[in-house]
Amino acid sequence: MSRKLLLEHINVPGINTFEVYRQKGGYRAVEKALKTLTPEEIVEEVKKSGLRGRGGAGFPTGMKWSFLAKPEGVARYLVCNADESEPGTFKDRYLMTHIPHALIEGMIVSSFALGAKVSYIYVRGEMMPQIRILEKAIAEAKAAGFLGKNILGTGYDLELYVQPGGGAYICGEETALLESLEGKRGNPRIKPPFPAIAGLYGCPTVVNNVESIAAIVPIINDGGEEYAKIGIGRSTGTKLISASGNLVKPGVYEIELGLPVEEFIYSDEYCGGIANGKRLKATVAGGSSVPVLPANLTLKLANGEPRLMSYESLSEGGFATGTMLGSGGFIAFDEDQSIVRNTWNFSRFYYHESCGQCSPCREGTGWMEKVLNRIVHGKGNMQDVDLLWDIQRRIEGNTICPLGDAAAWPVASAIRHFRDEFEYYINEPVKSQTVPYGMANYAVPIEKITVTEEK
Amino acid sequence: MLKVEEQTPVQLSSALLAKFDDVKSRYPEGKQKSALLPLLHLVQAEYLWVSTSAMDQIAAYLNIEPIEVYEVATFYSMYFLKPQGKYAMEVCRTGPCCLVGAEKILTHLENTLGVKEGEVTADGLFSFRGVECLAACGYGPVLQISPDYTFYENLTTESVDKLIEDLKNK
Repeated sequence: MSRKLLLEHINVPGINTFEVYRQKGGYRAVEKALKTLTPEEIVEEVKKSGLRGRGGAGFPTGMKWSFLAKPEGVARYLVCNADESEPGTFKDRYLMTHIPHALIEGMIVSSFALGAKVSYIYVRGEMMPQIRILEKAIAEAKAAGFLGKNILGTGYDLELYVQPGGGAYICGEETALLESLEGKRGNPRIKPPFPAIAGLYGCPTVVNNVESIAAIVPIINDGGEEYAKIGIGRSTGTKLISASGNLVKPGVYEIELGLPVEEFIYSDEYCGGIANGKRLKATVAGGSSVPVLPANLTLKLANGEPRLMSYESLSEGGFATGTMLGSGGFIAFDEDQSIVRNTWNFSRFYYHESCGQCSPCREGTGWMEKVLNRIVHGKGNMQDVDLLWDIQRRIEGNTICPLGDAAAWPVASAIRHFRDEFEYYINEPVKSQTVPYGMANYAVPIEKITVTEEK
Repeated sequence: MLKVEEQTPVQLSSALLAKFDDVKSRYPEGKQKSALLPLLHLVQAEYLWVSTSAMDQIAAYLNIEPIEVYEVATFYSMYFLKPQGKYAMEVCRTGPCCLVGAEKILTHLENTLGVKEGEVTADGLFSFRGVECLAACGYGPVLQISPDYTFYENLTTESVDKLIEDLKNK
């Protein structure tokens, strides 16, 4: 069994209540931080831990904190990003449902470190049950003196509020989230200025993912150096992986970063292999936005070494043969699944979720959906594949926020690795509607992509 | 964009307005517009949809222009701008759920309820629609029912039938 830091007590009955959470050592980090550490010392511990943002980008959390501007007399805010909406990702829901106090405790310590007197947890609106759970947890913590005025007699005041979203994937992007929290449409802001300088209400703000904030608790309890000993290289600590798709045991697993992908998929401690005795065809390793990889490149690097669940190993080989850890949304496809159909499904998702500010994304996601729609339904032609390639290439890098990239990468990687399956849909318009293509020729990455025209 | 449905003006109750006050107190002075999304949720929980009349009253309450409410209500997918069934079912239709049969559940709902996506059954009890990822990919297929967003996981056509029966008899 590998070490569990976040989910250690997940199976303890009543761990969702303050009382049991406290009995199991909860809120020690708040006592330690507020009574024995300065805000600067906490930021230093987080830097030492090597913790990287768990929402998807993987930016070092301690460094993000150290960028926070601290002008005299101006409020500072900590906002927790609980707008979990990346297809394939459901770890934050799990954490908030079962151990809400881990997030509350992390919020108190982090707010203290950043000098915030009011903090918000922005939860996606669909998670109303989780919102109710968090509000109850906040009330319990407040009744016990861990929130509100003069916390534990230290003179530190903190109010913590839960804010519901309205159902928009784009609000997971931190500046769109801040716009939404200000009561506006979730249109991402142009950066700079970054939220660390001008965020919520124009004040210096840090936005962190649920899991990142929860990870602050063990970092303070055990020290940043201890945390950094777990994991591999620059991928320190543990990570929650949301496993879904055709697996024997889908669910949320806490892994030590560096676990071989093969062990994660096939061992009984984790996913237990592919459901119904089928073979693995492909995976999306880090949430819908990251490149899809055929089975062979999922399990092994291009040079034949085992691929590991870490930021570095998953992206090894760049987009030619690699992918990304992203938010840890691990989706497995069995041999009968259609990569083309799933790519269409994802492109519909991004088309639906594009905020519409930037033309390449607003128009491009619609085009990709339209072209993929006709291919999937047996009405495509061979030029459509090149057209798709061309569209995604023109979206990537040309938008204010990364949603454009997130829409382009799944399409690009599907064509890169599964072009033969696209051609099957075009060459066999009738058969492809009922007979799965099956295992693609996934052993050989396609080296050259024909592009119809250059810019 | 904003289609005006047949509607009678609503009178927001004092209990609802008290909830409004509680939400508004969470934000700094002058930043009351932050309450907009939560207030729209409160209205929808009460009336099961958000009418123009209700939106105008929210605007007045927050001292902002009505258009500032409309543009938000139309941007976010959760707000119903026309009446729904008493049980508005929302089925996740995104990738991971489709790998485990979400499309089958949508077809089954259409056949069982006898209405198309977005329509309300004759008895006013049910409506359904496909929505994008609900962040429950490991327990798919899933559906949620507004306004309290109760969650139903690992759906089969049988469990959906039972759910519909239970709700009818409630």
